[in-house]
Amino acid sequence: MEQKNNSLLVYTIFYFLFLYIPVLFLPLFSFNDSNYMSFPLSGFTFRHYEDMWSKTPVFRALWVSVKVGVIASVVSTVIALMAAKAFTKYKFIGSRVSYAAVLLPFLIPEIILAVSLIVIWLSLGFKLGLVPVTIGHILFCTPFCMLILVSRIEGFDSSLEEASRDLGENAWGTFWKVSFPLYLPGIIASLLLGFIISFDEFILAFFLSGSDPTLPMYMWNQLRFIKKLPHVLALGAIIIVATTFVVLLAYWLMNLGQAKEKDFKI
Amino acid sequence: MWRYINKLYARSDNVKAYTLLTPALIFFFCVMLTPMLLTIAFSFFTQINMNEIDYSFTTDRYVEFFNKPLLTSLLFKSVKISFIVTFVTLLTAYPVAYYIAFYVKKNKTLWLILMSLPFWTSYLLRIFSWKIILGTKGVINSGLITLGLISEPLTFIMYSQTAVVITLSHAWAAFALLPLYVSLDKIDYSLIEASRDLGNSRLETFWRVTFPLSLPGVIGAILIIFIPTVGDYVTPQMVGGVDGRMLSYMIQSYFGKVNNIPMGAVSAVIMLAAVASITMIVSYATKKLTQRVA
Repeated sequence: MEQKNNSLLVYTIFYFLFLYIPVLFLPLFSFNDSNYMSFPLSGFTFRHYEDMWSKTPVFRALWVSVKVGVIASVVSTVIALMAAKAFTKYKFIGSRVSYAAVLLPFLIPEIILAVSLIVIWLSLGFKLGLVPVTIGHILFCTPFCMLILVSRIEGFDSSLEEASRDLGENAWGTFWKVSFPLYLPGIIASLLLGFIISFDEFILAFFLSGSDPTLPMYMWNQLRFIKKLPHVLALGAIIIVATTFVVLLAYWLMNLGQAKEKDFKI
Repeated sequence: MWRYINKLYARSDNVKAYTLLTPALIFFFCVMLTPMLLTIAFSFFTQINMNEIDYSFTTDRYVEFFNKPLLTSLLFKSVKISFIVTFVTLLTAYPVAYYIAFYVKKNKTLWLILMSLPFWTSYLLRIFSWKIILGTKGVINSGLITLGLISEPLTFIMYSQTAVVITLSHAWAAFALLPLYVSLDKIDYSLIEASRDLGNSRLETFWRVTFPLSLPGVIGAILIIFIPTVGDYVTPQMVGGVDGRMLSYMIQSYFGKVNNIPMGAVSAVIMLAAVASITMIVSYATKKLTQRVA
């Protein structure tokens, strides 16, 4: 291990400032008593928040995003859990190819996923709407959920499952009584992060949703009008705080899982 | 009979694994592979009018794509901007990953969380915050005017390729930091010590030992940043203006107001082909490079 390197430390601190400060301008200006996002700041106000609170389209879009997010995160977590189990537990022919196939949506420009879904959806004669958006989100969330779950499942001793089988429990019982409780922190983390990804996703929703806007689409539509910007700032600030909270919760859960595992080994 | 099937099932890892993988693979085939193949098929059709498509095979759309200077220049610009973004992000993130891997002793998890946290805030909002910063009446301009350093707002920063590069380098930072950190953290420190003991300077040690060993992380970061940024739509639209416009803009308008699905499909296929060929070149070059190092 190296001893000390002050210039590198200073650089690292500046880099972290570069990462964090831009995002913090949104909450800052959301309390600024002006319609323009510029210095000098003109005073503290809650009026942008009140303005946001009084707009019904915000809540309609929020409800759409929550619906899509919950369905997408639950379905992708189930698909990802089964896949993660297959990849961690078995050695099988074609495992590398299948692994690449599941991760592929993560490695293709999102706009291409969106466009391909439009082509097939319209060819089948369906109308664009929230169904293709949800399907697209499931496709997009599954790789993330699988990576979270693979690291969770790899982290614990498979001899516990074997012991349960040896003691006469069947496969189903072993899953519910032994594996599931052990995976649970990872599963919840996967649900939370899957929800966040879907909740924030813009491109697929923008291309596929037709007339029902999700929350990111609502914000995008408002950004064109300077006068409507401040209430988007307030909304954005709330989203940033809420997202950060959920993500920290998910991280905490993943670590909680690790602590539990150590207890088991004792 | 059933007993035989059960026995076979219990024995074969292949069968069990693919049973578990069924939903994931069905999803992959129906929602990803088939739509993409269909998009490739559509790139050989012709849009006659708003609602009608001629389904006879033709390569005319490809000829049309390469005969339109606008489209080829946007394709070139997309690849160029992504290249610069990837390079800038890697170069600026590497020292940070290096510092955390080799100098941080306590609370590494905390540093890792700090690295990845901004990535989880809404992509749209992160890009939007750069619009606030770089805009004509934005943070930088109004700040400099308030401080009395300039009297007129600087117009060259907003709505340009530079704005797109800055914004994307910020948005994708976590994707460079994490793979770089993982590969640097794996390096056996005694190799670096050995190199020093054998008389190499710090710089020589870095070039001959540390950097080659961190190559998997470098490649991972290159691919994970380059591929998605080529097709990025939000950033060029929000901060790029006309100068920073990329191919994604044309794809969107072909599927939107222009309504020429075959032409949009051609643009998407060509974008995908560009991404795939560059990915292959990068992986091939690394393979050669790592072979030489080893």
